[in-house]
Amino acid sequence: MTLTTEVGRSAVSASHRQPVLSIRNLSVDYGYDNNAVHALHDVSLTLHAGEVLGLAGESGCGKSTLAYAATRLLPPPGVVTGGEVLFTSSRDGHGGDLLTMTDAQLRAQRWKDTAIVFQGSMNSLNPVYTIGRQLMDGITAHSPRGFREQARVRALELLEMVGIPKDRLGSYPHQLSGGMRQRVMIAMALALEPEVVIMDEPTTALDVVMQRQIVEQIMSLKNELGFSVIFITHDVSLLLELADRIAIMYAGKIVEDASADEVYRMPRHPYTAGLLHSFPPLHGPRRELGGIPGFPPDLMKLPTGCNFHPRCAHAFEACSVIEPPLGPTSFESAEPFRSVACLLHDPTVNPGPVPVELSVRPLLVRPPSKETV
Amino acid sequence: MRFLLRRMGFYLFTAWAAITLNFFIPRLLPGDPVQSLINKYHGRLSTDAIDSLRVLFGLNTHTTVWQDYLTYWGNLLHGDFGISFTYFPTPVAEVMVQSLPWTLMLVGISTILGFVLGTLAGVGLGWRRGTWLDSLLPVANFFSAIPYFWLGLIAIAIFGVALPIFPASGGYDGGLLPSFSLEFIGSAIYHAALPALTIVLSSVAGWILGMRNMMVTVSSEDYVTVAQAKGLPERRVMFGYAARNAVLPSISGFALSLGFIVGGTLVTEMVFSYPGIGYVLFQAIGSKDYPLMQGVFLIITLSVLVANMVADFAYAFLDPRTRQEA
Repeated sequence: MTLTTEVGRSAVSASHRQPVLSIRNLSVDYGYDNNAVHALHDVSLTLHAGEVLGLAGESGCGKSTLAYAATRLLPPPGVVTGGEVLFTSSRDGHGGDLLTMTDAQLRAQRWKDTAIVFQGSMNSLNPVYTIGRQLMDGITAHSPRGFREQARVRALELLEMVGIPKDRLGSYPHQLSGGMRQRVMIAMALALEPEVVIMDEPTTALDVVMQRQIVEQIMSLKNELGFSVIFITHDVSLLLELADRIAIMYAGKIVEDASADEVYRMPRHPYTAGLLHSFPPLHGPRRELGGIPGFPPDLMKLPTGCNFHPRCAHAFEACSVIEPPLGPTSFESAEPFRSVACLLHDPTVNPGPVPVELSVRPLLVRPPSKETV
Repeated sequence: MRFLLRRMGFYLFTAWAAITLNFFIPRLLPGDPVQSLINKYHGRLSTDAIDSLRVLFGLNTHTTVWQDYLTYWGNLLHGDFGISFTYFPTPVAEVMVQSLPWTLMLVGISTILGFVLGTLAGVGLGWRRGTWLDSLLPVANFFSAIPYFWLGLIAIAIFGVALPIFPASGGYDGGLLPSFSLEFIGSAIYHAALPALTIVLSSVAGWILGMRNMMVTVSSEDYVTVAQAKGLPERRVMFGYAARNAVLPSISGFALSLGFIVGGTLVTEMVFSYPGIGYVLFQAIGSKDYPLMQGVFLIITLSVLVANMVADFAYAFLDPRTRQEA
């Protein structure tokens, strides 16, 4: 599979600036009392039309919680304590805040505007219904009465689209392989041609060959149908390849938000740099692999100031006191579309220069006006 | 189809084994029926009568066990279970034909009612877990812990004696003859109310608890979340996705309880002096009525087998994963 070139990709993310899903200041707690765990803290994220937004981070950093909270599927005791999730259709402009919609509005909106492919295809299908029935019930629930025959035709079309033989329509989930089930889930998510598809680790349970096939299929379907994707994974190298933009999460917060190319070549947050150094590059010079010392923090007792400072090699005094907001990098004029939550990039706090490994200069300094030409 | 045939074969074999055991076990017991009849009449039988009883029971001819076994099968297939001592000289088959409908009606209907009500309540309680409805659970626990004969005694004490709303015993008004008249059916239902209430109350709690717990487990399965994410109507998610899977373990329990309808209500029928098969068995045991006991045991065994078979087929129908040819 050849994806668009790296320069081209950052250009895409910069030129299509029409937001379809914007998450603003979303906070989520698990539990109801004072001992509640703050799983998400003031998370803001924008998905633009036609974009693949990658969401990466270690286990337990809140990636999946973000996906569930943004679609109001958070199981108890998860509670959304603040924020809004605005959906705006890029086709006809309809939309609204998913978190304040009535149940009826929400049910009508679900699957039609935003669909989800869940982690673990093994349990995502009802074991006692045929896959055909499960493909069709989502379609008929959003269609006028007497739509059964059209739904069947559509279900067959969807199976063909993901490369599953049509005679599998009457199969039960246990008669399909893991890869096929995941394809069925993808087909199901695309049934009503949603504008936003959230994929929560869609390939985690599969072997690498199947993983590759599924990812390629998702990307070619995306190019064909033009939906936007939030792709959640802990596999940063996979995101570097397929995402237009990557948001890095750490302990319930977004610490860096930039184009995939920028994240790879010029990480601005020490945590991002650490993640990139924890897997070997396929190309380029050999370099020593490093991990990130320590463990992800216990969400019950987060460190003061910056959540990452106890593990950070560049931490200075202010880091344990001031909580860094997600703001522009120290090279704001050269890279206006990226943001980072690190005090190193705040000249009013950081007395010294930004460390060398976090201050690689942009190779192509191009103002946004030029890119649209 | 092959699955069904294989299961049928298995059950036919089990039935054969049960019927054969039913033949041998009484023959291993000491004494003979004439002896027990002599005891019953406190020795006031003449020697002539004893001799004719021996002829009547076929104890005068010396046959091999094998011949007896074949005769036993022949009689069984003709519906001939011998003659009851308790209701002498009524044939066992007739005694059972008279008492079986009472048990099937009373216990059958109340068992099914208990299962349906309990399961529906369990679906509701499990789906709305974490609300005030959870406070009903201790009540359900209480009722599931009470032995049902004790509940029956309490029911008689309250509704039969203290507040005589319902009759405390019997299957119908003594002044009526069994028939399909409206009056008789009304009387039968009136008499069945208390025992039925007892059975429903004591069984419903178990179904509620089992179903509720399975609902809670299944509700956190990914496919339920997917169904929600698809924007399906809530009722369809609740019944089609959550309850449809949660009910599977209850189905096998229900089939077993169907099998025990015939035999397991001995105590209820004793408490309410209800003219069902359990009461007949109780009488048979009291008077060492071997032919009747044998007949009742056979009916109980066969009904457990049939219920198991129904459960197997229901399971295969409801859960496609069990349909695989093994």
